[in-house]
Amino acid sequence: MSGRLVLALALGATVLAPLVAPTYHVLLMLPFMAYAVALLGLNLLFGYTGLVSFGHALFLGVGAYTGAFLTSVFKVRSMEVILVAAAALGALVAAPVGALCVRYVKIYFGMLTLAFGMVFYTFVLKFYRLTGGDEGMPFLRPTLLGRSIEGLPKTDYLAGPYYYYSLAVLVLATLVMWRIVHSPFGLCLKTIRDNPTKAETLGIGVARYRWCAFVISAVYAAVGGALLGPPTGNVDPTLAYWTQSGNIVFMTLLGGFASFFGPVLGAFVFIYLQDWVMSVVPFWRLIFGAILAAIVIAAPGGLAGLWVRRPSVEASSS
Amino acid sequence: MILRAEGLRKLYGEFCALDGVSLAISAGEFVSIIGPNGAGKSTLVNVLTGVLRPTAGAVTFRDRDVSGIGPARLARLGIARSFQLVQVFPDLTVLETLQAAVVSRLGHGARLFASLAADRAVREGALEIAELFGLGRKRHVPARHLPQGDKKLLDVASAFALRPQIILLDEPTSGVSTADKTAIMETLVSASKRIGVQAIIQVEHDMDIVFGYSDRIIALHEGRVLADGPPAAIEADRRVVDTVIGRRARAR
Repeated sequence: MSGRLVLALALGATVLAPLVAPTYHVLLMLPFMAYAVALLGLNLLFGYTGLVSFGHALFLGVGAYTGAFLTSVFKVRSMEVILVAAAALGALVAAPVGALCVRYVKIYFGMLTLAFGMVFYTFVLKFYRLTGGDEGMPFLRPTLLGRSIEGLPKTDYLAGPYYYYSLAVLVLATLVMWRIVHSPFGLCLKTIRDNPTKAETLGIGVARYRWCAFVISAVYAAVGGALLGPPTGNVDPTLAYWTQSGNIVFMTLLGGFASFFGPVLGAFVFIYLQDWVMSVVPFWRLIFGAILAAIVIAAPGGLAGLWVRRPSVEASSS
Repeated sequence: MILRAEGLRKLYGEFCALDGVSLAISAGEFVSIIGPNGAGKSTLVNVLTGVLRPTAGAVTFRDRDVSGIGPARLARLGIARSFQLVQVFPDLTVLETLQAAVVSRLGHGARLFASLAADRAVREGALEIAELFGLGRKRHVPARHLPQGDKKLLDVASAFALRPQIILLDEPTSGVSTADKTAIMETLVSASKRIGVQAIIQVEHDMDIVFGYSDRIIALHEGRVLADGPPAAIEADRRVVDTVIGRRARAR
């Protein structure tokens, strides 16, 4: 089955889901779509630039808290304004953080991003008057495309207008990211992933490109974070905790970082598998740990790697 | 003179790898740098290509001080290099590798939302170099699947794709079978004429290649220039024969 057909079927099923699927499963699609947006960005850094961030929950948090502040403090309810503000603040925070982090690679980069993530987590946890501390902040129901939908019950709002709004954001984010990774800029990122020394001698400024990838990935994570707010209606520090950073790296590995849609698939499987495992056993992290170990050993290319056919040498020579 | 190095010293702690090396490269020259292991050849290459900043002395390219500015900026100014140990992008195809070099040369790397596939200037520039180096038929093969000789060619070809004014080749035929060596040298000499490379500097151990292609040879020994002259003068220099070339040159 061709990739385009699978994609069309997946998109069709996603569009039809609110009409045919149980509401509970439709609502589970909301965190999936939010994480999918964030993971498209994370994979620009991970799969295309070769940098593994263990602190991207920082940007999920920036996006989510931006929405919470705007709706509950500044009384701004427009989701479009929230998304733009989240993206702008994500970039603003990522610019200096990225400038420091991309000077390092491998475990040093990972540890630095983790450290910055923990600084932000501690900030939102401890500055109680500003952020509500461990209780978090309310993320009031936003308007969508200028339309206030206050009259609709919350479940109907989420499984209806907000669902399609999230889907539209995901489709738009996917199209933009597809264009980025297939651009001359995207090619330069791949050279840096494969061999930074060689890339440098071809005149490609490695640190500058890494920084750009970092900022773009942060923008995506912040938009994803903002999308996570309305379903729960509350934003608290656990969203910025290091386990969230671990979760999104897990999703990327689960789906396969070598494939464009791998992380999106990873987010989908993670959300539904987590929900199912949590409903069956209380120690769900143990099961997930075992799954991750199995993937690393048996399928290092992730779920997408099991399906994507790599072109053979003979085929590519002909 | 398009490239000049004056009084280069490079210290690694107490060890002096380069000790007052001066050289000048003119347009149209093919210069070989020879020397025994530990003579300072690799350090000299790394200083000339901006990877290492000299402890003392300076490198000037067209009267501009380029000491230690880094290989990326130097490549954009017009000095490219290839490596002794072959350097490729394992997961990129031959075409993508050459496209990356052309993207860099044309300054298209900042185009975030442009289609690479639709960039005709980049594609045509890459295909031209692929054909020039005999890699056209393998343009869709990932670099990791290429035989060693083709990897070496791709490494060199990507440097040529920058259309540099000076190209610095660190042992361009190392790790390549004897049969392939001459073919590689002929390819890169004709490619340099075709794309207008003004000077070639190579570090090479194979004396047949050195004496067969060079206009001038610089012999290094213990971080110093032992001799600098045309092949005939170098061959007649007893110090060079004793310390660098050995019996092989006498037998020629």
